[in-house]
Amino acid sequence: MDEPKRITVRQMRAGQSGKVVHVMGGVGLANRLNSLGIRPGKRITKVSSMFMRGPVTIQVDRAQVAIGHGMAGRIVVEVV
Amino acid sequence: MKILLMGNPNVGKSAFFSRLTGTKVIASNYPGTTVGFTKGQMKLGDEIAEVIDVPGTYTLEPTSKAEEVASQMLLEGDLVIDILDATNLERNLYLTLELLERETPVIVALNIWDDTKHRGINIDTAKLEEHLGVPVAPTVAVTGEGIKELVDRIPEAVSRKMPERTRDERWAAVGSIVNEIQTITHHHHTWLDHLQDTSIKPMTGLPIAALVLAASFFVIRFIGENLIGYVMEPLFEKLWVPLMMRLSDLLGSGGFWHDVLIGKLFDGEIDSFQSMGVLTTGLFIPLGAVLPYILAFYLILGLLEDVGYLPRLAVLLDNLMHRLGLHGYAIIPTMLGLGCSVPAILATRILESRRERLIAATLISIAIPCAAAQAMIFGLVGEHGAQYVVMVYGTLFMVWLFLGFILNRTVSGFSPEILIEIPPYRLPSWRTVLTKLWMRAHGFLKEALPIIMLAILAVSILYSLGVFDAIADFTAPVVSGVFGLPKEAVVAIVVGFLRKDVAIGLLAPLSLTAGQLVIGCVVLTMFFPCIAAFVVLARELGFKGLLTAIGVMLIATFAVGGLLNLVL
Repeated sequence: MDEPKRITVRQMRAGQSGKVVHVMGGVGLANRLNSLGIRPGKRITKVSSMFMRGPVTIQVDRAQVAIGHGMAGRIVVEVV
Repeated sequence: MKILLMGNPNVGKSAFFSRLTGTKVIASNYPGTTVGFTKGQMKLGDEIAEVIDVPGTYTLEPTSKAEEVASQMLLEGDLVIDILDATNLERNLYLTLELLERETPVIVALNIWDDTKHRGINIDTAKLEEHLGVPVAPTVAVTGEGIKELVDRIPEAVSRKMPERTRDERWAAVGSIVNEIQTITHHHHTWLDHLQDTSIKPMTGLPIAALVLAASFFVIRFIGENLIGYVMEPLFEKLWVPLMMRLSDLLGSGGFWHDVLIGKLFDGEIDSFQSMGVLTTGLFIPLGAVLPYILAFYLILGLLEDVGYLPRLAVLLDNLMHRLGLHGYAIIPTMLGLGCSVPAILATRILESRRERLIAATLISIAIPCAAAQAMIFGLVGEHGAQYVVMVYGTLFMVWLFLGFILNRTVSGFSPEILIEIPPYRLPSWRTVLTKLWMRAHGFLKEALPIIMLAILAVSILYSLGVFDAIADFTAPVVSGVFGLPKEAVVAIVVGFLRKDVAIGLLAPLSLTAGQLVIGCVVLTMFFPCIAAFVVLARELGFKGLLTAIGVMLIATFAVGGLLNLVL
């Protein structure tokens, strides 16, 4: 069994799933993500990312959310 | 009694509103369709109730302007119809629990109910009702299913006034409710799901975007051109013009009233484009030249909106838009601007910061040609060859990029990153698409027809008074010197302030070269938005913002017009 690893959403591969651990820096972003259902403990899947530091699309339950590259680097997830 | 329609963005509140009130409103498949709030009325028993379509919100803790508006309006309502997207219950229920902590009575609509079945979602509504303690009814607002049942249960709505909880407690409560009432069976990826993924991955998404935009352009052009060539022009030439020729004879082929109503005759004939009479050109421009493009454009835009394509375009173009000081979502007001600047400038409210709104509104009013301006471009430049049309569009696109680039470096403040929900693709219902098309076409006729006829009336009066000759002489150094246009072209530029499309009739008789027409079209598009757009711009940006926009516009127009004159 692989140990769970902590990486950011930015570092995830397309198609990879992980559990949100926390959102780094500032409550503002954490609050906005929270209202979209992206919160600690939630399982998310990365759908795709645009090249050249473009937005990252993730799947949360049955909704897809596009988040900026910078924000994606602040969401920490646990992947196996 | 005041009824508020509340819920997350893009759950179908506007469709719901139309169903309840019979008032037609624009509904689309992307978050943020409703930026202001719309009021309407419905019958409730013997009473007339006021219904308010509140902008979508994820939470009552205001994290954005739209959410601030929503939580303020909650204080004024007597009843809330909380509309949920049944296919995304967990996230939607968070707002419901927040609402149940407030004073206002709540009734819950599980909307988009039809989608739950083929997504393998099973919801026990009776149990959900037990958990929430307020009535719950499944609905499909687009078709009207379940709306009546919901309305019948409005009297049962109650105010729970549940004790206030923390955010984590609320999410925990949501989690346990969802666990108990919802079961999900495996569902196979449909072709729409696959298309959803391919159109957002960069390697496949960008070619798809290029294809969609190119196809849209050609289809709009095709429909517009054929409506003009096979429907509107024959109608005017065969039916209306002969009638007007009779009137012309009755008026003695000349004199003040003849000039006002019929306009100038060319070789004894009426020319619908150039005669400039209120009843000839004044009717032909809005109905014959512009309306066909309005219909074609809004049909395609409506389809793209309702399928849910635009937010994907926003993600794909996010990178580019960041160089202009915007983020991808600004593509939505920009696309609306290709139809009309007024709703486009209003739609910049979906952008979070003042800086973004200033940049987006300025770019739209300068570099994005509205349908009227595009009808002018096609009408004037089109017959000289496609390369000139490309020149006009190419120039405007470069102006858009370049100005955005400069504004991004000079306007203070910051532009946040994109954070949007991407709606699932939905097969559009023809009813919604056609209703929306009708509303927008009707809106165009209501707004544009009187102004165009008035503008043409003003033009013929000012001509006969010699006012335009005086203006033409005065502005000749700029118009002829900088832009290389005959001095009479200034009339088109001045009248362009009222409506862009009237300029077709004013530039056409000047027998300009193809190059001059390109310059004329670019200058007319960039130089001052029409009066309606100007008013909205002033209201949205405030005095200082408006001055900034005008300053940028003046400099850009002279620079670009002058440069084109040197090149062409």
